[in-house]
Amino acid sequence: MIFSKNPSPITESLWIQALLMFLGLGFMAILVVLPLASVFAEAFRQGWVAYRDALAHPQAIYAIKLTLLVAAIAVPLNVAFGLAASWAIAKFEFAGKRLLITFIDLPFSVSPVISGLIYVLLFGAGSQFGQWLSDNDIEIVFAVPGLVIATIFVTFPFVARELIPLMEEQGTEEEEAAIMLGAGGLRTFISVTLPNIKWGLFYGVLLCNARAMGEFGAVSVVSGHIRGKTNTVPLHVEILYNEYNFVAAFAVASILTILALVTLLLKSLIEFKFAAEIRAKKK
Amino acid sequence: MASALAVRLRKLKEPSIIPGFGITLGFTLAYLAIVVIIPLSGLFFKAATVSFGEFWQTVTSARVVHAYQISFGLSLLAAFINCFFGLIIAWILARYHFPFKKIVDAMVDLPFALPTAVAGIALTALYAPQGWIGQYLVPMGIKVAFSPLGILMALIFVGLPFVVRTVEPILQDAERELEEAALSLGATRWQTFWKVIFPSIVPALLTGFAMSFARGLGEYGSVIFIAGNIPKVSEIVPLIIVIKLEQYDYAGATAVACVMLVASFILLFIINWLQQWAGKDKAAT
Repeated sequence: MIFSKNPSPITESLWIQALLMFLGLGFMAILVVLPLASVFAEAFRQGWVAYRDALAHPQAIYAIKLTLLVAAIAVPLNVAFGLAASWAIAKFEFAGKRLLITFIDLPFSVSPVISGLIYVLLFGAGSQFGQWLSDNDIEIVFAVPGLVIATIFVTFPFVARELIPLMEEQGTEEEEAAIMLGAGGLRTFISVTLPNIKWGLFYGVLLCNARAMGEFGAVSVVSGHIRGKTNTVPLHVEILYNEYNFVAAFAVASILTILALVTLLLKSLIEFKFAAEIRAKKK
Repeated sequence: MASALAVRLRKLKEPSIIPGFGITLGFTLAYLAIVVIIPLSGLFFKAATVSFGEFWQTVTSARVVHAYQISFGLSLLAAFINCFFGLIIAWILARYHFPFKKIVDAMVDLPFALPTAVAGIALTALYAPQGWIGQYLVPMGIKVAFSPLGILMALIFVGLPFVVRTVEPILQDAERELEEAALSLGATRWQTFWKVIFPSIVPALLTGFAMSFARGLGEYGSVIFIAGNIPKVSEIVPLIIVIKLEQYDYAGATAVACVMLVASFILLFIINWLQQWAGKDKAAT
């Protein structure tokens, strides 16, 4: 019973436990750990200098800046939306609430490729609106605004879906008390609600940001693959890879991998360090 | 008349002293409409401009039908495999004690956090003929990279967290007394699993299965690098849409996207229903 949490008669025989451990951890090792390790192995295949050169390349630097720009616009907008939506949904009872939540979840069930396609159809030269835009020299599709809009779409639900269940569980008593004591709406939100939801909010922002910086499919469709103009970091990885420049592709990919690992680390830290606090806030 | 309307309107929202309902709901609806509803309905409007014959011909052409078979078939298979291994991983995380458990737990979410393009090139590097795994499999005649088997690996990768994350909390909250009761009534561990534990995790397992399947259907980034993208052999539906777009065949891309979108909405509906079922089950016990 070496693997069991508490010595108890209700557990499996030792060899079943060993078998399950072997299957579970073996599957994780082959499916998750090996690909992770291979990113870094491939990136450093030709040594540190080749790795550094790939990252210092002007196009790589441009891609990093563009990705940061896109995330810097998309994430705050979706945070504002997430806060507004969770306030309206969690603090009030109104008809059609479940339907609204379903609509908010919608972008998660749409293929990234279709997420890009809808904006190409809307803003591209094929539509009347797109024609009007091009007559007025406004570039959206195959330009940076298109990348931002597609990123907003795919990262749309993250903050809201993190906050809605949390705020629903917390109820409305504390806010009602604050209002009764004379606080205004904004004051109540900042002094009462925000401290209660800060970890949930941080968590939502973290996931939203990771997806915003790593999105590939939707951004690929609206980007038009214009080098030095619309290639974000994931698209730059694709370009390098398709040119058989594998070391550079994996070097750039390693930045995204580090981003993913930092995201997971922060997420685990919130969960373990603040588990007690989060549980208390839920009551 | 006017008062009757006012009463009816009041029924739509329960009164509350908390301010900010109008402005937050208004902003939510406006943002939702601009970012999601209008662009998505644009897709169906565009599809409506295509004649039915043309639409039907596009979505039933041999190459597209092969792509449906590959996308649906492999997503389904990947979801099954994820159910099996996902349940095992959820089980050991919920019930066993072992070193580095927290790291293993965190790594389950890696497929959520790792950009799909990175996952795609990493998996391809592993299973290519010179890769860490490929160098052993290829001499045995097992070709993973640039074949449907590679697509399967990528879909298993992206779908794994869904099953683990839906099943794990149920196993953690399970009442161990029920298992003790089963044991004291003479059930073997195997019978206890199938008759006591398994029925309670079925809704969560099905939810995880459906989520993994839905994710697999739409997945693009992690698949295209490893698939080889051979028409009628290893071409997925999202790739068909991209190819049609690159050829400026907007009508064709829209038609195929409509079929996929309807499939996704049906799955979303099923997942919502499953989650409600799982929630009811939990409330009842």
